[in-house]
Amino acid sequence: MTTVRSPVSPSAARPALDVAKLRADFPALQLNVRGKPLVYLDNAATSQKPRAVLEALKRYYEEGNANVHRGVHYLSEHATAAYEAAREKARRLLNAKEAREVIFVRGTTEGVNLVASSFGHAYLQPGDEVLVSAMEHHSNIVPWQLVCEERGAKLKVIPMNRRGELLLDEYEKLLGPRTKIVAVVHVSNSLGTINPIAEMVRLAHARGIPVLVDGAQAAPHLPIDVQALACDFYTVSGHKMFGPTGIGLLYGRTDRLEALPPYQGGGDMIRSVTFAKTTFAPIPAKFEAGTPHIAGAIGLGAAIDYLAGLDREAVAAHEQDLLGYATEQLSALPGVRLIGTAAHKASVVSFVVEGVHAHDVGTIVDQQGVAIRTGHHCTQPVMEFFGVPATARASFAFYNTRADVDALVAALGTVEQVFRK
Amino acid sequence: MNDLADLYQQTILEHNRHPRNFKKLEPADRSAEGNNPLCGDHLTVYLRLDGDVIKEIGFQGSGCAISTASASLMTAAVSGKTRSEAKRLFHDFHQMVTGGADAPADPQVLGKLAAFAGVRQFPARVKCASLSWHTLHAALEGAAQPVSTE
Repeated sequence: MTTVRSPVSPSAARPALDVAKLRADFPALQLNVRGKPLVYLDNAATSQKPRAVLEALKRYYEEGNANVHRGVHYLSEHATAAYEAAREKARRLLNAKEAREVIFVRGTTEGVNLVASSFGHAYLQPGDEVLVSAMEHHSNIVPWQLVCEERGAKLKVIPMNRRGELLLDEYEKLLGPRTKIVAVVHVSNSLGTINPIAEMVRLAHARGIPVLVDGAQAAPHLPIDVQALACDFYTVSGHKMFGPTGIGLLYGRTDRLEALPPYQGGGDMIRSVTFAKTTFAPIPAKFEAGTPHIAGAIGLGAAIDYLAGLDREAVAAHEQDLLGYATEQLSALPGVRLIGTAAHKASVVSFVVEGVHAHDVGTIVDQQGVAIRTGHHCTQPVMEFFGVPATARASFAFYNTRADVDALVAALGTVEQVFRK
Repeated sequence: MNDLADLYQQTILEHNRHPRNFKKLEPADRSAEGNNPLCGDHLTVYLRLDGDVIKEIGFQGSGCAISTASASLMTAAVSGKTRSEAKRLFHDFHQMVTGGADAPADPQVLGKLAAFAGVRQFPARVKCASLSWHTLHAALEGAAQPVSTE
């Protein structure tokens, strides 16, 4: 297997991101695995966490642990203030108009489930349609299937082309009188495609149809602005954007959230309870039944602060450089075929090695300390569309380097050695 | 490379390239479907029985090198065996790939199946090696539901 090294023009004008300095903020990036320095290229599955996030978690449990929104004691007030401060940070991250439009959830999966369940029960009638895209993660398919089945509604699918780009003409045709909601991914986890969300929202809103956006893969790469996108719902996972696992955000425009029935019942989401009748708290509390993941919210707030401290344009330029370099290097390898070649992509590269199953590729490069994801990436319909059982996927964060790409390419040389001997 | 060479032995690579008994038996006395949702591997095992004896066995499906080679070598190993002999082989094979306490001291007693002894160093790949065996077991038991290694 030959390695082609042709120059990719470095972005000249802007001061480059000081990646070495940033890497020092991430303890896990200092690890050795299998006797080799870890090359972590599985960021689309979950990102590593900066020390600031780990310290925020520790500080909360050591110095600020109490339940929120109840109790008049010092620590409870302290924890409530920290939790609500995290909500305000999340509002800024998403550029929501008001903090109460931000609901803390377990992650994107719960964000979609909340809307599918509450919206479905309030609005879906037999014969209605829910529109998703051909490149959705299972988490933006299955919750809708469940509620469609229950309500007698139909799931419709926006098709894509062979590059992995949604067909907007077809999308527009699918927006019909029975379409009750559109649920679409911002950045595809298996293809890297960045979808034209603002345009898709505009087309849906022209027909009075609300739009939910799965932003799990967008948040680590792109600045998010829910007001500019004009979407009705937007949901992200903390752990994919350098925060803790088990915490995520659901944005919903005030009028949308107020109109929805609650998702789960319990403490903290009520105004008054009698055995005859319960009235619910205003948003966001209406959607946060039970003790929330307080530490997670505070840790996510620390991750948002960390991201806010980065030069996001320099991050974007660096990630696009990595994407370009990885695309070029991997395409040059014999027998390697890229899956997902959209014009607008985030730094995610899916590929297959001819004659070698992705799982074997994953095991072999892992022996070189290179962590990639292999499998269907919870997008089985995407795999079926491209006629592959699985792909290998390298997904880059701002702390990755061209040297990481080189390590992957070198490790893929071992695949060749093992399988072609 | 040492661990990798243990995993990807020549026998395994060869059976991956040229799987034996890679065919659907029509009609089959028994068949069962197996899935490994983690990596998308799936296969169907077909059996023709003569009383208690596996007279003929075939499989079809797609998967990684480990799962394809394991299915191929399994079909060769159990052909002509009784049900209880096949189940005993499954037991020994499973113990070998998981590094279980009951693993044969010398994997060579499993014949060509000993090629999978290296799998125990790769816990994430045990399911790949054992999928076909679980599926065979389901076929022998006449299970109605597809088996899954998850």
